[in-house]
Amino acid sequence: MSINNNRIDALRPGTFSLDGEEVEFGPGDSILQAATRAGHYIPHLCWHPDFGAHGSCRLCTVRVNGRSGAACTVQAASGQDVESNTEDINEQRKSMLQMLFIEGNHFCPACEKTGNCDLQATGYQMGMEGPEFEAFFPKRPVDASHPDLVLDLNRCILCSMCVRASQQVDRKDVFAFGGHGVETHLLVNSPSGKLGDSDLKAADRAANICPVGAILPKRKGWVIPIGQRRFDIKPISEQVEGGAP
Amino acid sequence: MKSSSENINALLARHGQKPHRLVQILRELQAQHHWLSRDTLSVVADALSLPLAHVEGVAGFYRFFHTRPVGPYRVLFSDNITDRLSGSEELMQQLCRLLKIEPNTLRGDGRVSVATTSCTGLCDQGPAALINHHQVVTRLTPGRIEHMAALIEHQVPPAEWPVEWSHVDDQIRLADVKLGVQPAPGVGIAAAIARGPQGMLDDMKRSKLRGRGGAGYATGTKWQLCRGAQGQTHYVVCNADEGEPGTFKDRVLLTSYADTVFEGMTIAAYVVDARQGLMYLRGEYRYLLEPLQACLARRRAQGLLGNGIQGQAGFDFDIEIHVGAGAYVCGEESALIESLEGKRGTPRIRPPFPVERGYMGQPTTVNNVETFCAATHIAVRGGAWWVKIGTPQSTGTKIHSVSGDCERPGLYEYPFGTRVGRILEDCGARDTQAVQVGGPSGKCLSASEFIRRIGFEDVPTAGAFMVFNRSRDMFEVARNFAQFFAHESCGFCTPCRVGTELVVRRMDKLKRGYGSAKDVQVLYQLDKLMQGATHCGLGAAACNPLRDTISKFRPAYEQHLKTLHFAPGFDMDAELSQARLATGRDDSGAHLETLA
Repeated sequence: MSINNNRIDALRPGTFSLDGEEVEFGPGDSILQAATRAGHYIPHLCWHPDFGAHGSCRLCTVRVNGRSGAACTVQAASGQDVESNTEDINEQRKSMLQMLFIEGNHFCPACEKTGNCDLQATGYQMGMEGPEFEAFFPKRPVDASHPDLVLDLNRCILCSMCVRASQQVDRKDVFAFGGHGVETHLLVNSPSGKLGDSDLKAADRAANICPVGAILPKRKGWVIPIGQRRFDIKPISEQVEGGAP
Repeated sequence: MKSSSENINALLARHGQKPHRLVQILRELQAQHHWLSRDTLSVVADALSLPLAHVEGVAGFYRFFHTRPVGPYRVLFSDNITDRLSGSEELMQQLCRLLKIEPNTLRGDGRVSVATTSCTGLCDQGPAALINHHQVVTRLTPGRIEHMAALIEHQVPPAEWPVEWSHVDDQIRLADVKLGVQPAPGVGIAAAIARGPQGMLDDMKRSKLRGRGGAGYATGTKWQLCRGAQGQTHYVVCNADEGEPGTFKDRVLLTSYADTVFEGMTIAAYVVDARQGLMYLRGEYRYLLEPLQACLARRRAQGLLGNGIQGQAGFDFDIEIHVGAGAYVCGEESALIESLEGKRGTPRIRPPFPVERGYMGQPTTVNNVETFCAATHIAVRGGAWWVKIGTPQSTGTKIHSVSGDCERPGLYEYPFGTRVGRILEDCGARDTQAVQVGGPSGKCLSASEFIRRIGFEDVPTAGAFMVFNRSRDMFEVARNFAQFFAHESCGFCTPCRVGTELVVRRMDKLKRGYGSAKDVQVLYQLDKLMQGATHCGLGAAACNPLRDTISKFRPAYEQHLKTLHFAPGFDMDAELSQARLATGRDDSGAHLETLA
């Protein structure tokens, strides 16, 4: 344990260096918050500007003054030297993306989310050309009990976006995590454990925040053709949330 | 069903229907019913006003909770490498054969299940087993296993099994300060009161005591940060979640030196101004709960706990014991606090550190069992005395849990700065190939390094000292540790959750003889990734034994490679796994190597 001497600094605005470019930050900002606001792309899957840090996907791992840390959890402080877009850090990101692919069952060509999927787009961004590791092929259920939504845990990457959205925005606590280790999985809060018995509504934030294709609306397949979808048009690095257009 | 539901209500009422009691509630319900049905979880969720999925998520996190029946007899074999070296795998097979059962499955009649569990902290008297997450059996032999099978078949309750089976020896081989003559209860507290809180804190800082749980943070500084942090109240927590495989010193301290431990907690409370203390006792040490509670009761009667301790108006402090439920990661202080609060034991994002926002969001100092013992001795004899023991950077003594290939396993206490070779000589180790110091997350030393010294500046340790002679396959040692980390990963972050599993799969592939030089390369790559990218220290340390053994005992790996040069990119039998999956076959005819 060590108390970060930069923390008092963190309460004041200032600038840090991200891959050689000065980035301004506000009081209490994490490195990822500040970088995103300034329009810089640091790969991430479990972070969203509307929610607090979770720190689980680890894709935003950067080196701060030579030490590894997740950009979403490390507080920005004046004078920090942050390395993010380097060959070895991106190589590690690629490995972690490959891990996320092989621990679930991801079939991009047949997935309704293709072209709109953060996992797929980040894979392209990091130059991922194949799975590298052997696929685990886990047996995971598909829950189609909800009238308007499908929950396909084969595609879940455990980012907890739906858990937090349901808890913090919808105030419903529809989702939680169960199990441990490689068996960790999403749970639905309902008497039967099925989505159809839960309080989730199609308009809820939790139903619309999944970065992959684990929670999808029913009866809305292929409305936008492949080739015209979000990441077909521009890569994810050029679509930083809340950043400069 | 009605009567058991009434039991639940009484139990919930006893815990005041408080959500932060959830792990304790589930533990007690599991002990009564042997498993936690969805109905049970639902009753608990309603009573605690928690979402059912939250309760289900907590139940699914801990290895000692079961959401499917495991039977009234649950036999868990301790699966540390030291248990394996003394034959635990064969003994488990023998028990399964006698009971006509497969491991990890409930027998058809619903009576018994057999499985493995991470190190139970009885390495000096193993192979060991844990019965119904409560009763330990030490020194297992084929004879004991045969007898055990008969007792289970005759439905003899574990409480009526031979008493000597559950006998646990302290096995103190070499005592220094902490294992020597103890101050009488209350002497340390009196000495602290005589100095005043600031004076006691100054003396702790003067002692340069560093935490004995592994991280080695300066105890005085930790107490100072906690004392200075703003909060409605402060907490003192004793980390008795001794889960590092090969470590059992805290077991002995809690068995025979509990007064010194609780006294240290009380001194800490005096310094940081805490009214409430919590001891997090690992589930594997459940058998110590009643003796520890008796010790607390004694101390209350002696005026050493409760209101106005030793007549000091306003010095009010008491200690409560929480029992864990099988999760190594809860040894990490923020995960431990999550567990104390009744949640999944996932490490928190830090900062804020527990000294600022810990248990219930309040400033909390979490210290190891041995650290609190040291604090009591420092209170009695002074920081200036302590600082003269050991080395300038590592003051005082360290207790080592010695096990493995040696004549005299048990506890050895030395001043810091002691040579590794000296410990090996004292414990009667011969022809030693390697020592794993500090457990799987520590260091593996080869013979040329036995001149190195124990201390934060050279070979740091949380207390494990596992000895391996030249007949042992260090690859198998590393494989056991890899399985341990995969089993204990909390599953929160990507690199640890998936990485630990990938390491196990690579090691198993090497074991089967299908490994290539490329697999060893991938192991290096995974090690590098997990060192820098994981959320907590568990993942960061998960490849330590791998890295050490590959670099120091490479021939042990290479003997498992078909050839050093040819890199088979294709394993025909593994490729058939999908065909086996599709056809639902796994018989001998569906595998290349067993195809008739």
